[in-house]
Amino acid sequence: MAQADPSLSQSRAGNTTTAGSASIAGPAALASRRNRDFKERLIGAVLFVCAAVSTLVTVGIVGVLLGESLLFFREVSVVDFLTDTRWTPLFQDPHFGILPLASGSFLVAAGAALIAIPVGLLTAIFLSEYAGPRLRGALKPLLEILAGIPTVVYGYFALTFITPILRYFVPSTDVFNAAAGAIVVGIMIIPTVASLSEDALRAVPEALRQGAYGLGATKMEVATRVVVPGALSGIVASFILGISRAIGETMAVTIASGNMANLTLNPLESIQTMTSYIVQVSKGDTPHGTIEYQTLFAVGLTLFVITLLMNVLSQWVLARFREEYE
Amino acid sequence: MTTEPMGRAPAAFHRRRHLKGAAFAVFALLATLVGVVALGILLVDVTMDGLSAVDWDFITAFASRLPERAGIKAALAGSIWILGLTALVAFPLSVAAAIYLEEYAPKNWFTRLIQLNIANLAGVPSIVYGILGLTVFVRAMGLERSIISGALTLSILILPVIVMAAQEAIRAVPNSIREAAYGLGATRWQVVRHQVLPMAMPGILTGTILALSRAVGETAPLIMVGAVGFIAFTPSGLGDRFTVLPLQIYDWISRPQDEFHALAAAGIIVLLALLLTMNAAAIILRNRYQKRL
Repeated sequence: MAQADPSLSQSRAGNTTTAGSASIAGPAALASRRNRDFKERLIGAVLFVCAAVSTLVTVGIVGVLLGESLLFFREVSVVDFLTDTRWTPLFQDPHFGILPLASGSFLVAAGAALIAIPVGLLTAIFLSEYAGPRLRGALKPLLEILAGIPTVVYGYFALTFITPILRYFVPSTDVFNAAAGAIVVGIMIIPTVASLSEDALRAVPEALRQGAYGLGATKMEVATRVVVPGALSGIVASFILGISRAIGETMAVTIASGNMANLTLNPLESIQTMTSYIVQVSKGDTPHGTIEYQTLFAVGLTLFVITLLMNVLSQWVLARFREEYE
Repeated sequence: MTTEPMGRAPAAFHRRRHLKGAAFAVFALLATLVGVVALGILLVDVTMDGLSAVDWDFITAFASRLPERAGIKAALAGSIWILGLTALVAFPLSVAAAIYLEEYAPKNWFTRLIQLNIANLAGVPSIVYGILGLTVFVRAMGLERSIISGALTLSILILPVIVMAAQEAIRAVPNSIREAAYGLGATRWQVVRHQVLPMAMPGILTGTILALSRAVGETAPLIMVGAVGFIAFTPSGLGDRFTVLPLQIYDWISRPQDEFHALAAAGIIVLLALLLTMNAAAIILRNRYQKRL
């Protein structure tokens, strides 16, 4: 600013006074102004490039996943991949059916949702409708800490704390089982569901609550029949996002739920999710170019498509069913 | 509420409604405590399993096949390297992207595309970033299974998180400040550099530190780019092989012996202490900047 302003006033002065002074000050001022414009445009361009990097990342992800998956699908038909009920890529007689892995992921996600959806929504209702500012100020940071705990820690907790409890009650439970993974993943996504739902509940205007109270409603009736329906799009979006996170969760299920591709609905059995298969393969030194290496990308692509669809769905729900309040 | 059932004692009806309301309030409180209690049990469980193993030897010893000699020196050094490098790459890139989107971007389809894209990237599972890192950094760019491959992978993983936090902080700067600066003849960059950024910085830094603490806790993408649990040296350059705390912990959890599980718990205590320090730093930083403004 300090450099630019004098030259600006000078050039203005030069234009209005004698032609002689203009010929001295004018070009210099113009040059510095051109210099400044160039600098401004350069900065704008650099910032644009940085913003565009994010699109490159997406192009990279899609390109990488599709590229190697195409090689995979040259060997294995898409129909087999989607319908074969066995996933045994390392056996003498290899089968490449994604169903056992997908069912493992959905078993964990369903169990996690069973915990996180009711607990998360009730937490949101309590924080938004019942808790006073001081209690809320004490509870929210605790939930943030819960959200910030690394997934490997949840895996440890599942394996050394949850599983022994499960085995105490049902001795036939496998050491690695879907239920332990589902329980910790459920705990892990409580903060996601709770905080997004709470945002939606708090966006419902106070006047609607007061109106219901005026009609004689109790606090519970206000919360469940006025506020929750008014915030439904945000609440449903938070459920979908939470489930999407549960499907993408990796370390806790790798540690707690095992590495055995198993088409089952029994949560006490050992299973393998899509994510833990990817970890299992990449831990070994799988040579590049083999079909085993390519399975990594086919499974990764499936995982990416499922989570992307769920994220898009949650954004769509949010936009499509939003109640507009002034 | 106006359609009160006829023929039933109104007093009993209302008493039931209010009882139901009170029960619901208690129920909601209990549900809220589920998360809090789970956090408490988790912390107590880890502390009881691992606290006795945390001492100076544990922090200064390398990994070992003998549990009584094993430590986290290489893992802690690797985590600090990863933290520093990731910050160096992700912070300028993300803040620049946020400045562009908030202060420069025209309102057109491409800007909307970038914005939508960043929101979607934030929802991509971290293991998918690992696949990208393995293919692009480790193989295509020939960076091998090095610390720089890991840092670049984590940088793009937390990029959308920092961008969104920075955008929110920049958006919170009142428009009157910008207009006053423009009125004095400032250029767009001068407005950003001298007015918007200083005011938005506390929010940007808080978001960055929280995103970095997520990077420090990540395991899966680093397994993909080839970090391993057993490393007996500290990294000395960008091309070195490495391990990080979460991976060392994972390695110990995967072993069947109880002694290694105790080591894993000890590692978790150190990791959580590191994360807690970072979060505390974020809060202190935010408070100090807020006072100055």
